[in-house]
Amino acid sequence: MTTTLTPTKTTPTAGPTPSLLERLRVPGAFLLGAVLLMGVAPLALSDFRLDLLAKYLCYAIVAVGVSLAWGRGGLLVLGQGVFFGLGGYAMAMHLKLADAAATGQTLPDFMQLYGTGDTLPWWWQPFANPAFALAMTVLLPMAVAALLGFFVFRRRVKGAYFAILSQALAAALAIWLVGQQATTGGTNGLTDIQGFFGYDLGDPVNQRTVYFIIAAALLLLMAAARQLFVSRYGELLVAVRDSEERVRFFGYDPANVKLVAYVVAAGMAGLAGALFVPAVGIISPALIGIVPSIGFVIGAAVGGRASLVGAVLGAIAVAWAQSTLSDAFPAAWTYLQGLLFVLAVGFLPGGLASLVTVLRRRRTPTTQTGGTA
Amino acid sequence: MSGEGLTVRDLRVTFDGFKAVDGVDLDIRSGDLRFLIGPNGAGKTTLVDAVTGLVRSAGSVRFGGEELIGKPVHRIARMGIGRTFQTATVFEELTVLQNLDIAAGAGRGPLTMLRRRKGIPEQVTKALETTGLTDLRDRPAGVLAHGQKQWLEIGMLLVQNVRLLLLDEPVAGMSHDEREATGELLRRVSEDHTVVVIEHDMDFMRSFARSVTVLHAGKVLSEGSVAEVQADARVQEVYLGRASEPESARESEPAAASVPVAEEA
Repeated sequence: MTTTLTPTKTTPTAGPTPSLLERLRVPGAFLLGAVLLMGVAPLALSDFRLDLLAKYLCYAIVAVGVSLAWGRGGLLVLGQGVFFGLGGYAMAMHLKLADAAATGQTLPDFMQLYGTGDTLPWWWQPFANPAFALAMTVLLPMAVAALLGFFVFRRRVKGAYFAILSQALAAALAIWLVGQQATTGGTNGLTDIQGFFGYDLGDPVNQRTVYFIIAAALLLLMAAARQLFVSRYGELLVAVRDSEERVRFFGYDPANVKLVAYVVAAGMAGLAGALFVPAVGIISPALIGIVPSIGFVIGAAVGGRASLVGAVLGAIAVAWAQSTLSDAFPAAWTYLQGLLFVLAVGFLPGGLASLVTVLRRRRTPTTQTGGTA
Repeated sequence: MSGEGLTVRDLRVTFDGFKAVDGVDLDIRSGDLRFLIGPNGAGKTTLVDAVTGLVRSAGSVRFGGEELIGKPVHRIARMGIGRTFQTATVFEELTVLQNLDIAAGAGRGPLTMLRRRKGIPEQVTKALETTGLTDLRDRPAGVLAHGQKQWLEIGMLLVQNVRLLLLDEPVAGMSHDEREATGELLRRVSEDHTVVVIEHDMDFMRSFARSVTVLHAGKVLSEGSVAEVQADARVQEVYLGRASEPESARESEPAAASVPVAEEA
């Protein structure tokens, strides 16, 4: 036998051909999700409930990125609030400027109250351009993530250190925003947003349109993330997560592999923040600091961070539980949130998405010979 | 295709003042099947770590006309040097096929990376055949037996198109049959690769080594064919002086294994 190896040629078959049912499983689930989000929910829910769902779907978009970076890449991204915030503020800055222009003002309302002069700060000015502002909602978070990730991953910072670092960044941004009352609205944030690219957000019809945009964005990003998951890159990302050192010996630079996942997740969080603003009408430091940043990963942890659908459903469920329960027991929610996180990470690392597999394995322990979890 | 030789000159690795590798010279010819032996702490694994860029070192390591010292791990790997570790490290949650496909893919462009794998690359098929893992290709690597994991690791080196394989105790913990199969595999691999094996198992060394280097306290103690090394009085002294060599006293013939040089090849 010879071991002479020549690259590039491929044999056509890979494993047994999947059955029709298996082949239709993913497109079928996607179609079902689209029907539920685009058809059933708008018909079944009141305007008020649909607004709430729009908000939860924004968190779900963040969870798609968390699922990629944390679930597949092993990067515990505890500071997604930074990217959510950058996207949200970029969008809100444009909308505030547009609102002001619509009433013949040059400055947004809060600047007239707290501002020091009657000229717009230089870094606000380009955001008057809608195309620039829209591009920034995604590019700004991605650029920050790329810069941070470049240094962090090259220095081989990982695990808890990476998590603490990203969380500290979320705290720093929130604190900085609070301190800049004159230019960022301080603690209040950017509030009372009236219009969305010329449409009045007070009109329920326009609110519905915003919901449809958010739902479509979620579906598109899920499809994109799914493609990443099943691609060769997705396999490599899991390999880096499980044994970074080994991957390095194959001639890959794991820093680059992680960087891609981190930057894509940041872009998704930025887009989610941008869509959050027209859906809810506000962006403020309280929505992007440490507590919301932890909230972004809890949903994914509970639902199942390595499973795309699990992470998305988990994020929606936890956000729903939060708004329902925090009304009834405002003090208890924070504790419950912490408890959920500990329980999910400690006892069900695969989240609820893995519950079926875990139970099945428990019922028939003898069939799992020699297996490692 | 044939292997590429390795030339090491005055290699030194120091950990907090402790000289783990202390001026090693080594010439490994293209196509050799070289065994590195020596008592625990002799610096065998550290030597391999230095060659592959895992630890900082001084001196010179030349491979294919290029200096390796100072290059990062992944660059050295791309030049055609592959290694395994004492504990088999395969990606447990990925299948055998996925493991091999990742190992084969360091040169892939971004577009290929973003697409799903269609079919099986030819070198992966060949590596599956060489290592005898074809029937197990769709199994998660985590469920493989210990020996099969080691073979998968060797297969993962083959698909990288490496010219030099550095294997750290490939038969540790293997059954007798698995050792024989591994030895045969190494023989086949060394037909067109250079292979360096760190090993404690002296029977295995006697059966399959083409040449042997004995390391002791970070220095080369003896070098040559199996017979030459066994006849070297200094080697006998090192091993006889440390009769309770724990790693080498494995399942088969513990007495013979602890005094490896006393027997005929």
